[in-house]
Parts: sequence; C-alpha cells; structure tokens
Amino acid sequence: MAEHHDSATVGTAVEKSAAAEDAPGTAVIRSDQIENPGFPPYRARITELDPAKEKRAERTVSTLFFLSVIGTVLAVAAYIAFPIVEGDPSSVRLNNLFVGLGITLALLGIGFGAVHWSKALMDGHDIPEARHPTRGSDATRARAVEIFHLGNVESGFGRRTLIRNSLIGSLVLFPIPAIALFRDLAPADDPVGLLKHTMWKEGTRLTRDPSGTPIKASEVTLGSAFHVIPEGLNEVEHKLEEKAKAAVLLMRLKPEDLNEAPDRESWSYDGIVAYSKICTHVGCPVALYEQQTHHLLCPCHQSQFDVSNGAKVIFGPAKRPLPQLPISIDDEGYLVAQSDFHEPVGPSFWERKL
Amino acid sequence: MAKSTISRWASKRSVNRRHPLASVALITIGLLTTGGAYALATTSATAETSTESTALVEEGGKLFAANCASCHGLNLGGTEAGPSLLGVGAASVEFQVATGRMPLAAQGPQAPVKPEQFTDEQVEALYTFVAAQAPGPGIPDEEYLQADGDAADGAELFRINCAMCHNVAGAGGALTEGKYAPSLAGVEAIHIYEAMVTGPQNMPVFNDMNITPEEKANIITYLKYLDNNPSVGGFDLGNLGPVSEGLFIWIFGLGSIVAITIWLTARSN
Repeated sequence: MAEHHDSATVGTAVEKSAAAEDAPGTAVIRSDQIENPGFPPYRARITELDPAKEKRAERTVSTLFFLSVIGTVLAVAAYIAFPIVEGDPSSVRLNNLFVGLGITLALLGIGFGAVHWSKALMDGHDIPEARHPTRGSDATRARAVEIFHLGNVESGFGRRTLIRNSLIGSLVLFPIPAIALFRDLAPADDPVGLLKHTMWKEGTRLTRDPSGTPIKASEVTLGSAFHVIPEGLNEVEHKLEEKAKAAVLLMRLKPEDLNEAPDRESWSYDGIVAYSKICTHVGCPVALYEQQTHHLLCPCHQSQFDVSNGAKVIFGPAKRPLPQLPISIDDEGYLVAQSDFHEPVGPSFWERKL
Repeated sequence: MAKSTISRWASKRSVNRRHPLASVALITIGLLTTGGAYALATTSATAETSTESTALVEEGGKLFAANCASCHGLNLGGTEAGPSLLGVGAASVEFQVATGRMPLAAQGPQAPVKPEQFTDEQVEALYTFVAAQAPGPGIPDEEYLQADGDAADGAELFRINCAMCHNVAGAGGALTEGKYAPSLAGVEAIHIYEAMVTGPQNMPVFNDMNITPEEKANIITYLKYLDNNPSVGGFDLGNLGPVSEGLFIWIFGLGSIVAITIWLTARSN
C-alpha cells in the first residue's frame, strides 16, 4: 500500500502551526494583579564609592592570582623535594600532602580571585535576558519537510518495501552474537548446586588459616578460637570462591557449657565445636568470639549467635542459626569433618528451602 | 548625589542587620554541637601504693590476701565475684596487674586499662605467688618481644586472627553489651604476647600450638611497625572507619561547601 503513496501525501503529517494564542474568555485576569516590580534600585558597592577600597579589592584579586602561581610552583617543587621511594610507603605521605596542598592553593587562588573580582569590581548592574523561542521559522520547517520528502523519493524507502523490510530484519538480528557471547559469562554449573555445597566432605581435615596445617584436638585448649579452612584449600583453582563458603570458626568450650540438641550430640568433640563463619544474614564473616559469654558477634549488622546453644540468633537481623560442621577425630588425633554442612551456608537465596 | 547614595546604602544596611557570615556561623555551630556530642568520653580515677618486697612468694601471698582475695578467694579458688586463678599462670597475672586492669575498681562489663596500682617488684611477687600455686603460661621469652620479625607475615596473621575485633589498624572496636576490644596502639610487646597466650576477659586464647611463638613475634613486629610509622594516607582520624571519617566530612566538607555557596551568591558590599 505504501508504494501507492503519491508525493503530495508524504510529509503532510507535519502540521504548520502558528504560535499558541490564548483563547478569548478563558484566561483569568485579576483586576488587583500585582505588577512586576522589576529590579530593586541599584545599590552602589563600597568599591564604587571609595577609590581606596577599589584599589584594595584590586590588590586582593591580584594577590589571589599570585598565590595561585606560588601554589603551582610549590606543587612541582614538592614533587621533586619529596620523591616517592620504592619500598618505603611512608614516603608517599609527604609527597601526597605537599603536592596536594600546592595544587589546592593553585586552584583555589584562581577560583576565589575570579569570584572576588566579579563580585567587587566588575559591573554590578542586573541584566534581564529573555528566553528566545525554540520554534523554527515557517520557511525552515517547510524546507525540513521537503528534505525528508526528497530523501524518501530518491531512496525509494517508502516504495521498495522488500528492501525496507529486509533491512529492518537484519538490524533486529545483528546483536544476537553478543547475547551468545555474554551469556557464556554466567557460571557453567548450576549456581544453586554451588550454593548448596562446600569443599567439606567426610574425612576432610580441619586446617589453620592461612598455613593449611592440620589441627590436633589436643591443641585446641579451653577458650581457644581457631580460624579454619578445609585441607587442600590452598591448592584448589578457585581458592577464594571455595574459602568464601567453607570458612569455619573452631572453638572449645567446657563440655558442660554446651547445650546441644539431641540429634547433634555427635557433631562436637569433647567441647570442641565448629561453625560456619559466614553470617546467615548477608554473608559477612562472623568471627568476633567472646570466650566468657560464648557469643559470636557479626561486625556488619550486629547479629549475635549463642555458640553454647547451637549458634542460635539472640540479637540482630540474622534469621537462621549459623550452620554447624559435624566434626570428629581421625586415627592420628587430627580433627576431621564428618560430612559437609547439613544445610546451605550463608544468606538466603531464592531456591533455598526453609 | 554621592551623599544621598551613601544614606540610602546606610539605611539598607540597617534593614539587613544580619551579617552575611551569620548563617555560616550558625550552621558551623550547629554541626559542631551535634558532632561534639558523639565525642564525649569518660576517664577513671587512680590510686597509688608503694611498698618494698623481699621474699617473693611470701610477699606475693600477703599482697594477694590484701588486694585480690576478696574476689578471687584466699585459696585462689574464686568466689561469686571473681573467677578462680588456679592455673592461669604468671603471664595472666602480669598482664592483668601491670596494665592496671586488676585490681578492679568496680564490677562492670569489662575491666578497663588504668594506671598500674603496684610497683614492678610487687607485680613480680604477685605473679610468682600465683604461679607457685598451680602451673600455667609463664612470662614470655625476651627473644620474642624484640619486634624484629617479619611484619608482612604478622600483618596477615593479624588480619585473620585479630582484626575482626581489634580493627585492621589495631584501633580497637565494640563488642556486645558494653564490652570492647581495646586499642593496641602503644601496648607493650610483653602484654600483647601475654594477651594472646592467656585470652584475658572475653578474648579467645591463641596458644603456642595455634600461633607459634615466632608468629606471635611477627604479629608484635607488625603492631610496632604501625606504632612507629605514621599513616601513609595522611590524617588517620583514629582509624575508626566510616564513623570518624563520615563525621569529619559531614562537618568540614559539607560545612565548607555551604559556606562557599553562601559567599558565592551573597551580594558584595
């Protein structure tokens, strides 16, 4: 249908419009309308009344500009005088301080000088400047319509629909390779599965962070807190990703202080308990352990967990207790995990049951 | 003509009685008052005693009976007011007494540091006496207190084991219900070591099998490096993180922006 358009109809969508006028009878003109008072009478500044003050203001402005020059020189001089020595971080301090002060002086000198100049010395009269209309002249608008029309006629864009439609089709499809490429940045494995499991499995030894040396149960004396990573963590490829899920805090309490649930009595060893260090609120490392109260405090949002009662939440925004890692000892007396955590560690996610 | 202009200007002045800087001053005062309210702190009173000592254990026993037994019990077994001291060792007594934490001035969430209440000889007598009753961690070896170890290794161990409570720059931090991890700035090497070994108050124990004596020496080296080297980034504002830095930029940063804005738009005289 488009190819039957004749030249007269193309471009008629643009209406020629006159400047808007108030329809008679709709505007309300109040009889007691306050007239625009205009600008207040001009008040002469002190620099215009007293030549001595004017001279002083002039000197002030030029002094500010001169200070800026000094600042520039100071910045360069400080850069040479306080070099940054490799391997000595404290040399950065003086370098940064004096270079920064020099540049500050240079920029503030120009800024304050310019503002003071315009405020005290330049002409102080207020000047009204009306907004000009944005609408083009009728001739300009007609010419624009003509150009579009001519373009359509010469290219045949409206007439040759096969070309036009195939062009639109190709433009719609060309970003598809980008989608295919960027989609590959998502984790290859199912992220839900990754969130539900950690490196811990049956027989994995508990080792010290960061050295990775195994821990004997006899080394964990009463009141101790060990920061623990699974054995072999330092050798895995994505070390930080694994550590972010598997980090554990190991504590020893008096066995009579532990108030364990019946199904978890086999999860500790002689008062030694291991809990995930990842807060169930938003995943900060919870490691502020108070050995007298047996409370664990999360530094981010002040959630508190009671280690003597299965790390249940006693204060703050966390909703679930910290997951407990079931532990026992192997033949050589080293602490090992009985299994992985029995629930996902860290904060909630959409697919998490519970 | 000039005279009439002056008189008009003068009358205008009397109408605009408020000085242009008055609003700036008002805002500055307001910001300083709200900010200053946070900064209020309290101090504790002090007392001093001084005596001589000869036979250490005997003297220590007398000092213990006079200063400690009311809470810890005459046989060190502890009472309702204080824990048992059997097996705490010389290191624990030296730490608690030489930093002024003990004797406690009043029961509270935490024993604060205060001026030492005993002479060095009296402290020695006290810890010799307590260590003679039951074995426990001893006074650390001088070789680990020289702060000549590996500061980088110490810094890593500090970040993993200590920084969550004591702050990565050792500036200390709050715990629950009025308890706190104290600042480590200027703390003597021997007291840092003893605190790790004995786990005073709510601090967990970091025994020599968890962090070896050499590693403890590295941690001390790191803390002494922090003490002796000024902050690379300029004013550290107490190294407290967003609280002190936010307060500073709130008062001085926003304050100067407000002041400059007022000056920019004010009419010149």
